[in-house]
Formats: sequence, structure tokens, C-alpha cells
Amino acid sequence: MLTPLFSSKLLIVLLFGTLFGLILGVLPGLGPTTGGALILPFTMTLDPLSAIVLLTSIYCAGTYGGAITAVLINTPGTPAAAATCLDGYPLAQKGEAGRALGMATVSSTVGGIFSVIILVFFAPLLAKLAYEFGQPEYFALAIFGLTMLSSIGEGSPIKNLIAGAFGILISTIGKDFMTSIDRFTYGINELSVGIGFIPVVVGLFAISEMLTQSTILDQVFKRVALKAVKLPTKDDYKKTWKTILRSSGIGSFIGVLPAEGGTVASLIGYSEAKRFSKNPEEFGKGSIEGIAGAEAANNAATGGAMVPTLALGIPGSATTAVILTGLIIHGVRPGPDLFREQPDFLYGIFGAMLIANVLFFIFGFFGAKVFARITLVPNKILWPMIFAVSVCGTYSLSQSIIDVWIMLFFGVLGFFMRRFGFSVVPVIIGLILGELVEGTLRQSLVIFDGNWLMFLTRPIALTFFILSLIALAFPLLRSKKQKK
Amino acid sequence: MNNVRNKKRANKSLPFFFKDEFKVSFIIVFISVILLISTFSFDIVPPILNRGIQPATFPKALLILIISLTFIIYYLSIKNPWKIGKKLPKTFFLTLLSFLIFVFISKTLDFFLAISVLSFFVSYNWGERRIFYLLLVSIIFPILVFIFFETILGLRFPPGIITNLYYY
Repeated sequence: MLTPLFSSKLLIVLLFGTLFGLILGVLPGLGPTTGGALILPFTMTLDPLSAIVLLTSIYCAGTYGGAITAVLINTPGTPAAAATCLDGYPLAQKGEAGRALGMATVSSTVGGIFSVIILVFFAPLLAKLAYEFGQPEYFALAIFGLTMLSSIGEGSPIKNLIAGAFGILISTIGKDFMTSIDRFTYGINELSVGIGFIPVVVGLFAISEMLTQSTILDQVFKRVALKAVKLPTKDDYKKTWKTILRSSGIGSFIGVLPAEGGTVASLIGYSEAKRFSKNPEEFGKGSIEGIAGAEAANNAATGGAMVPTLALGIPGSATTAVILTGLIIHGVRPGPDLFREQPDFLYGIFGAMLIANVLFFIFGFFGAKVFARITLVPNKILWPMIFAVSVCGTYSLSQSIIDVWIMLFFGVLGFFMRRFGFSVVPVIIGLILGELVEGTLRQSLVIFDGNWLMFLTRPIALTFFILSLIALAFPLLRSKKQKK
Repeated sequence: MNNVRNKKRANKSLPFFFKDEFKVSFIIVFISVILLISTFSFDIVPPILNRGIQPATFPKALLILIISLTFIIYYLSIKNPWKIGKKLPKTFFLTLLSFLIFVFISKTLDFFLAISVLSFFVSYNWGERRIFYLLLVSIIFPILVFIFFETILGLRFPPGIITNLYYY
């Protein structure tokens, strides 16, 4: 599995990706999704394997990096680290920041490595299963992905559905890929090629975050002092090994489902840790189990989210949507054929994720203190710089100034979406799945001679439709249960 | 002023059209209806060339879905009003203004000058007063980014009064 990585170039890429990912994870407001989108144009100078190794190492390390700021300044560097704040910061306030970060580092590494093992075993199985899929099955699968995203993602399920539908709608802008008829172009030539993924993702994540930062300039971070990261004690391991394993399983499973990956995984991992704990009253006051539960789960979601991304071409999270775009722009089409035709490429990715988990353990253990200092860079200097990189990166892909304006438009839109409780992640997933949804629907209807009911005669498609209905009903059932 | 406004927004007896829920739902429905109307002007493919459904059908279905779901969220918001966000500060509007300035300068004068002006404007309005850091974000860093993209990625930036000095 590691053989494709035995080249100095790939190891340097991996090292850089891990360091860059950690920096992105540590900085509140940035994260692996925005960072991945920003670095995507730079990957054009790399070969496909190096490019994807870079993006996956940023994904793994960025997810862990969020824990450092969660523990030390009570601000999650990434949304996936939100649950880590609940116990990480109180423990740090008790003078045990080193212990809290040590547990976060160990549980993140275990969760990450566990999920890579799941990825290695399950992705090929899923790809094998996907050989049976025709156009109707892929359509049903994409619908299932979107409904899952809306029901178990963050925020209101209906708002998530609107955002997902909006994302798909954006994908219809431009020439219709089957008939070459212009849609929503309004005579603007630049729009006839459609709206690119990068301007939308950079706008929705980086620019909208810049606007958010402009509203919280008076925010002051109180950093807890950190002497050194400490490895967990025997007692800590005794207390947490079951939690780490359980959360690793939960995280991997949630990651496989098309949802907001690590964020949801860490919340479920945390609440399950509390439910099974012998000392649930300690949660929220600096429980070591709470840190382990959240961190193992969010890092386990990284490998899990790569399973549908590589096996089916359906992203499991916003960051894997960026990785999927990276694969596509480098001419690699994810799906069952990839497993048959380019196993070395896939094993390179698996190996890179494994090594990235070990590398962020080393960097996190010895360098957390240094990384924490990055948060001291003031926003008034950091964000104008991020803006410059965002603009040039967006411009560089198609060398089009229109892309830059589209990025700014989506930045403003993303800000207001978030302000009114609409998640921006479904827009991204909808945009990337849009062509698949429409294409497979229309091709299915050609196969079925326009008879919609024929979808119900395909067992796999029918199963996905039933699962979609369950996914849509799930939030209703959950709220009823909570009321009881 | 802020307090008065917050009280107003929190007041349930306030006319429905002042509430965020209505304003957001109205904007979504309004734009969706305009887009929906525009789908009727899409070209129609003759039956012999048409595969499955007409090109306008899928966007129409999506827009109807968005409109229907928006009505549902508005209906639900009557029972459970949305959380009211804090009033947006002046720095937010200045940042928005800087985006407009960026678009104007990049269109009329120079792409790179636009980046520099925006960086300076944002940094200054967010509270930076130290000359060195203002120069860093508005001149030194953009030059480094320019050189990086130009030499490593081989990118050619659009012509403009400053960029032309480099190219010619």
C-alpha cells in the first residue's frame, strides 16, 4: 500500500500537505475545505497522485488541527472540532492543556488510522457493488445522498434541502450537456460554459467567512498557557479506549454517509461517549472521555467520507467534494473502473492518508505550541492576504475575471445564507452532484421510454428511494421523540 | 437605536412583512418565480432530437421544489421564529463596499491594483494603523502572490495600468 509513496517528491508533498493542513485547521474560519479549494489551482502543476495526496493530507491534518484551538482558545479551528471545545477548554483551564491536547492527538490518530482501514476494505467492496449500477441506480443514489445530507446535516433539514436544490440549479446554468441549449445564460457568453466549482466553493467558504470575520472584530481570544503536550496516562487509556474505538466506528460510519462528515460525527461521538460513560456528570467540565469521543469520531469521518467519494464518485463531505473536483480536473474519474484500472493510484491515496495520520501525530505532539501561536496573527492582516490568494487562485483556473466576480457574489450570498440558518455545504454537494442527478434522470427516462414508474421496477433504485424517504422522515421522527 | 430595533424585531405583534422569516422567504420565492418564468423562454428541442425530457423541465422542477419548500419553512417559522442575528456592524458594510470598489477597479484600471486597494481598505477599516503592516498586506504580499502565480503557475494576469508595466 505504501509502495507508490516511496518517492521523495510524494513524501515532500505529504509533509507540506500535513503542515499546511494543520495551519488551516488551527486558524478559526479556515479549514480543510476552504484550504483545499484555495490550493486546488496550485495542484495543476503536480501529477494526479501528488495532487490528491496533497489534498487528502490537508483533509486529515486540517481535521485534527481544529482541536488545538478548541482546547487552547475555546474556539474550534474547524466546525468538526466544536464538540472538542466542550471538554477540551475546561480541562485546559484546570491547568491540564497538555493532557487535553495529548488525548486529542492520540484519539484523532487512532480514529484516522481506523478509518483508513475501513476505507481500504470497504471502498473496493462498494465499488464492486457499484458495477451493478445503471443510470436509474445512480440517480436514486444521488437523491439518497442529497436527502441524507439534508436530514443529518447541521441545521434545519428543509433549509438544507433548499440549499441542495439551489446547488443543483446552479449546475444547470450554461449549455445543456445533452442538447446544447442555453439555460439561464441571458446572453452572457461566459455563462454558457456553466459556473465553475472553485469560484462557488471559495466564495461560499473563504469570502463569506471574511465577511463573518468583519462582524466579529471585537472578539478577543483568551489563550490558555501550554507547556508541552503530554501523552495520556495508563489511567486515561483505561478510561477512554472503549470510547475511542466506539467513536472511531461511529465516525467511519457517519463519514460513509453523504453528510457533513466530521461535524456530525464528532457531535454523535461525543453524545455517545457521554451516554456510555460511568461519569456523565463530568462532561462539559473537562472530561477526558468527552475529548476522546469527539476527536476520534471527527478524524474517523475522514476515511469514511473517502469511501463513497472514490467508489461511487459521490462526496461524503464538503472537503471530499473538493477532493473529488481535484480528481476530475486531473482527469481521474472516480468509480468502480478506477479500482480496476488504477489500483496503484488508489493505494497511493490510502497510504498517504495513513502516513498523514502518523505525521500529524508527530507534528501535533511536538509542535502544538508553535501551531497555537498562529492564532495570534491578527485578522486584519490575515484576511486581506487570504483574499489576495482567493482572487488569484480563482482567476487562475480559467483565467476569467468573471469567475472572480462570481466568487464575490457567492461570498456575499454565503454570508447571508449562514446568517439566516442555511448551511452552505448542501450547495456545494448539490453543485457537484447536479450533472449526475440530471444526466442519470434523463438517461433513465430514455431507457424507460418516459415511464417514471419504471424506476420502481429496479430493486437497487427502489431501495435507495425508500432510504431517501426514511432519511426525509427521520428529522420528523426525531423531533417527535424529543417532544415526548 | 440598536435596542429599539431589536425590540421591534422581537415583537410578535409586528407586521409580518418586517420579520426576517418573511423577508428571506419572499426574496427566495421572488427570485425563483423570475427564474421559473425565464425557463419558459428556453428553446424547445424537437421530439426527434429530444432525449427523455425537455432541457427546461429539470430546472422548472427544481424551482417549483424550492418555492414549495420555502412556503413550508415560512409556515413553520410562524410557530418557531428564527433566531435574530446581531445588527451588522459598520465594518461589514465597509468590507462589502470594498468588494464593489474591487469590481470597479479590476474592470476599469487594473486587476492587481484592485487587489492592493481592497487589501489596504479592508486592513485599515478593520483597525490596522501600522504603516509596515498596511504596506505588507497591500503591496508586499500581493507582489509575492503575483510573482508566484506568474512564474510558477505560468499565469498571465489581465492587462491593466500596473500589470502592463511588468509585461511590456
